[in-house]
Amino acid sequence: MLLTQNGKTPLLLATGLVAGVLALLGCLLVSILLGAVDISPGTVWQALVNFDGSTEHLIIRTVRLPRAILAVVVGAALGAAGAITQGLTRNPLAAPDILGINVGAALAMVLAVFLRGSGGGDVGFAFGGAAIAAIAVYWLGSLGRSGLTPLKLVIAGAALSYLLGSLTTGILILSQRTLDEIRFWLAGSLAGQDMAGLLPVLPYVAVGLAGSLALGRPLTLLSLGEDVAQGLGLQTAWVKVGSAIAVVLLAGSAVALAGPIGFVGLVVPHVVRFAVGVDYRWILPYAMLIGAIGLSIADTAARLIIRPQELPVGIVTALIGAPFFIYLARSKIKQ
Amino acid sequence: MPSTKPWLSLRPRRLPLSLRVDRRVPRVLAVLLAIAALSLVFNVSQGEYPVPPLEVVKTILGLPSNPDYAFVVQTLRLPRALVALLVGMGLATAGAILQGLTRNPLAAPEIIGINSGASLVAVGIIVLLPGLPVGWLPIAAFLGGMGAAIAIYLLAWNSGSSPIRLILVGIGLTSLTGALTSLMITFGNIFDVSQALLWLAGSVYGRSWEHLWPLLPWLLVFLPLAMVLARDLDTLNLGDSLAQGLGSRVELTRSLLLLCTVALAGASVATAGAIGFVGLMAPHLGRQLVGPSHGGLIPVAALLGGCIVELADIVGRLAFAPIELPCGVITAVVGAPYFLWLLYRDGQRPALGSNG
Repeated sequence: MLLTQNGKTPLLLATGLVAGVLALLGCLLVSILLGAVDISPGTVWQALVNFDGSTEHLIIRTVRLPRAILAVVVGAALGAAGAITQGLTRNPLAAPDILGINVGAALAMVLAVFLRGSGGGDVGFAFGGAAIAAIAVYWLGSLGRSGLTPLKLVIAGAALSYLLGSLTTGILILSQRTLDEIRFWLAGSLAGQDMAGLLPVLPYVAVGLAGSLALGRPLTLLSLGEDVAQGLGLQTAWVKVGSAIAVVLLAGSAVALAGPIGFVGLVVPHVVRFAVGVDYRWILPYAMLIGAIGLSIADTAARLIIRPQELPVGIVTALIGAPFFIYLARSKIKQ
Repeated sequence: MPSTKPWLSLRPRRLPLSLRVDRRVPRVLAVLLAIAALSLVFNVSQGEYPVPPLEVVKTILGLPSNPDYAFVVQTLRLPRALVALLVGMGLATAGAILQGLTRNPLAAPEIIGINSGASLVAVGIIVLLPGLPVGWLPIAAFLGGMGAAIAIYLLAWNSGSSPIRLILVGIGLTSLTGALTSLMITFGNIFDVSQALLWLAGSVYGRSWEHLWPLLPWLLVFLPLAMVLARDLDTLNLGDSLAQGLGSRVELTRSLLLLCTVALAGASVATAGAIGFVGLMAPHLGRQLVGPSHGGLIPVAALLGGCIVELADIVGRLAFAPIELPCGVITAVVGAPYFLWLLYRDGQRPALGSNG
């Protein structure tokens, strides 16, 4: 079956995807070219193809390149997690960060650093925290007869975030060492992560991304309504479980790598739906792409705004994303 | 009037005021006052240097007693215990008004972003201007809360205000101010940041008379104002159009009530930081005790809030002594399960709030 999206043919959408990949490569290049130290494009090229061990080459190879890749990985994970969450809950205001899933992963990581001393937590903690928070918020939001209303889900997420946030604060008050070690990460930041930190998490992200591509068709069916989807032969329970696992993998990995970066998961799916329509088979790959591009740009901006210091990228995304959330609340909620 | 009526009408002759409150209100108020007084005395008597409760009462009343006690009680512990009580009253009243105003039982100052505005400004001052005298903190935090509330109200305005948009816009604004707060926490001096975090969690640690006096006028002005507006709040609860039909000036009343909320929440947060879930819990407990009519609910909720913070402070001081936990962490740990239960009960009774 060929679905056309507001007159957009699959060919056009595929072309857009290719253009998006090219744009992403462009963003990667810009992200590597610009930074606290000025390095000429020629030197950057030399560092990539003909590494000679000089300081500038070291900066490119061990700092900027891993960071640019990290932005792409985390951005794609957040974008896909947001799209799945919104598709699953049929709620335009849902996203892993709004629902408290990121905060749950962050609390688990803080707990790991607090309990085990220095060295940081590992990704397992992040998955555990994300999973518990996801189950809690879904259970809370869908309690009772009226079911999963958008408002209840968002309020449950806000309350859960508040609770988990104050537990995090409690731990940080007890231990100034943990606070000092973790505060930059806690605001959401891509700084200080190298390839050695990225590689162990990469398989989880890959599984999550592949799984979310497979979810495209069932999520599109589910967006027609649960009864219709069931009538068309969809095993809705399995789709929900699969989606939840994908979200936990993606959001947990993103938090483990870069801290709780907010609003990418909220904003990206809206931009994508505006561009490609309602078919999740297209929305999901686009969400990964736009998420990666968006986070690359935000991270480059975060490094350049107050050069030579840098902002945590989570603050940049919140400053852009929170007004967008308010705009959505204004325009989508009629009463 | 037969005494079996569930209502008690209060109509003072000289004042343009008329209240109809639940018959249970006077008894509940008396019991709560007793609990508040007992917990206050207990909180003052406990600590590294215990003072017998009877001596505490004597010292507070100015009766002759051991002069050593006078210093511990009057200077160190009494102001702190009083601040806990007053802050709880302020937060609870703010929560009660807000829940009535938004017709949503899950609304609370911390959920919809008033606390976060106050927090942002206060943390900004602690981190950026550590030299500023503490007296400025409440005023600044109040302005921050006020700014956040005005922003929420204006942003939620889309040809008329709507309770649900108020809540959602508040959540959005909380993220925005939260991002700016983490900016301060990320770049501030680590010692200032520790201070700011203690404050963010909500604590009455080290509060003295110089914190208490600036707080008092806010409560003395806005608690009575909230009481006077209670009837209008009941009317607003019937829905905007019905309230308008009954002759209520909806937008004016709503703005005034919002002002009360902000003033009470802002002043409380300014004094003791963002103590969470008090504004959520107290009004609900109050409704269970005396029903939903705000004339009786507001004073009952206020006293309940005072008791909650006082008890949380006692637990925070004694549970892990000598390490002291901020009372805001205690209220969050107790309040969150309560919130979950509310969501659960809300599902069982569809009449409440879920008009999304």
